[in-house]
Amino acid sequence: MKAIKGQWVKIHSIVFTAGERAPQVPDDTKQVPLEMWVKGYIQQDASIGDEVEVKTTTGRLVSGKLLEIHPTYRHSYGEHIPELLEIGTQLRKILFEGDDE
Amino acid sequence: MKENTYEAVMNRKNEIMKEAVGIDYEQFESDSIAFDYEGMMKKVGYSLEEVNRIQKSSGVGETKIYEMKNLTALARKFSPEGKGARIFVKDEAANPSGSYKARRAANSVYHAKKLGYKGVIAATSGNYGAAVASQAAMLGLKCIIVQECYDSEHKGQPEIIEKARKCEAYGAEVVQLSVGPELFYTFLQLLEETGYFNASLYTPFGIAGVETLGYEIAMQMREMEGKDPDAVICTNAGGGNLTGTARGLIKAGAKETKIIAASVDLKGLHMASDKQFNKKSFTTGHTGFGIPFTTMPDRSDVPRSAARALRYMERYVTVTQGEVFYMTEAMAQIEGFERGPAGNTSLAAAFSIAKEMDEDQIIVVQETEYTGAGKHIQPQLSFARDNGIDIRFGDIEEQVPGKNIIFPKTPDHIKAKDLDLDRIRKSYLRKAVEGYKMVTKNDLDYLSEETKESISYVTKYLKSLDIEIVEG
Repeated sequence: MKAIKGQWVKIHSIVFTAGERAPQVPDDTKQVPLEMWVKGYIQQDASIGDEVEVKTTTGRLVSGKLLEIHPTYRHSYGEHIPELLEIGTQLRKILFEGDDE
Repeated sequence: MKENTYEAVMNRKNEIMKEAVGIDYEQFESDSIAFDYEGMMKKVGYSLEEVNRIQKSSGVGETKIYEMKNLTALARKFSPEGKGARIFVKDEAANPSGSYKARRAANSVYHAKKLGYKGVIAATSGNYGAAVASQAAMLGLKCIIVQECYDSEHKGQPEIIEKARKCEAYGAEVVQLSVGPELFYTFLQLLEETGYFNASLYTPFGIAGVETLGYEIAMQMREMEGKDPDAVICTNAGGGNLTGTARGLIKAGAKETKIIAASVDLKGLHMASDKQFNKKSFTTGHTGFGIPFTTMPDRSDVPRSAARALRYMERYVTVTQGEVFYMTEAMAQIEGFERGPAGNTSLAAAFSIAKEMDEDQIIVVQETEYTGAGKHIQPQLSFARDNGIDIRFGDIEEQVPGKNIIFPKTPDHIKAKDLDLDRIRKSYLRKAVEGYKMVTKNDLDYLSEETKESISYVTKYLKSLDIEIVEG
């Protein structure tokens, strides 16, 4: 995938490597780096994984590895949770017993 | 060129903050433990009238209060004769950014603009980010929100991802980080780089912004029911929600109204742990913030926090994740209000506490929050199930945060658990006097106000810690 200068992209960078983590960080977190993700307009043509610079909506220039072109939100209403349905059924029965049966 | 190691930036913390908040906190300090809290609120905060004016001009506040008649009827089915208080909810989701946090943001962003800052920055994964972004959009300021969002596998809490979307929807820049307290380092660096205002949740302006919430509750209930509420229950994390609401109630003269704090029980989960980050289903309103901030309010991102919940709370209860999710579904199914789960922490607690109260009494749940993709019980439960959390109906006593989410078998099983406030007060006092061998009379007065306890209570406990009390 190629990004063209001026496209909206997401970049990734490492703030601290595992060895540089703050002293108060719990052990499991110390094993992994502190990572950062920022979005902005890419300042040059590049491929995924290239070190690039972006201009954010506040006008900051930030560099990092190109991760995603046209980054998209994919969060949703999740998978069906059958137990939730039961709650409504149960409550209606307690409150309005006999109304619809 | 300034040095940017973790230590170097943290060492510049005080000067960065002074530039970024515009408050000289030194003027309120004594040379001992005490500081002049009310002096700080008066001098650098805003009066209720000013806050009202600021919020009116930005569409914030004056939200409606609704009676939850069916939830009240449901609670009475399981209450002894004559018990089952009426439950009311203040619909704070109706604020521009979808939560009461708009009140805190309105003041902070207004203040930033007044002082001539070009932009605002807030470190938050929650509703506050959206609130600051929304207010910044209104006033034409730039905005950066710094979020703790992903674990090391780049898995993000759906609720936090939704919050990022909402901030971007208002034109803010969102900086996302993986788990860890060094978020504060990045936050400080951004303040230094941009010269923007630190729209901290814990400044006097932020907390003054919440006072209107408490004030409105008293005024609205007098108008609707001809009396002050018997109890107001606040979801508690950093303490600002409860502090501001309580101060507003007091300013309205509602001195008999009991202030209750409620948090989701997340006992055993470490907030800075990479592996446990996605094991929880609540990103705020939980004990992981509630207990440390209540016992040590100045752990916030400003030198002196204006949020000091222990000064105002008369009771502190916890509810489980399963109980809050259950009550959120109940609110939609039998009240016709679909609202976000975290804000319903106090609703779940109110449902339980209403059963202890007389049926002519009134308990007000002081907030709701918006709900949507990601920030909704179904995606949050779905995410939990994907992360190996056992979700089922069962005995609430079997709940273990991070392992399971248990829905109560029937609404009767929803039971708010009291935290021992005496223990919390003592924990506060131990932390407050850490490193001190003696305290002054002035400190004693301060510690008594901080803990909402008598001078003799504080004196007795400090003596048991071998702390000497001296004149001064």
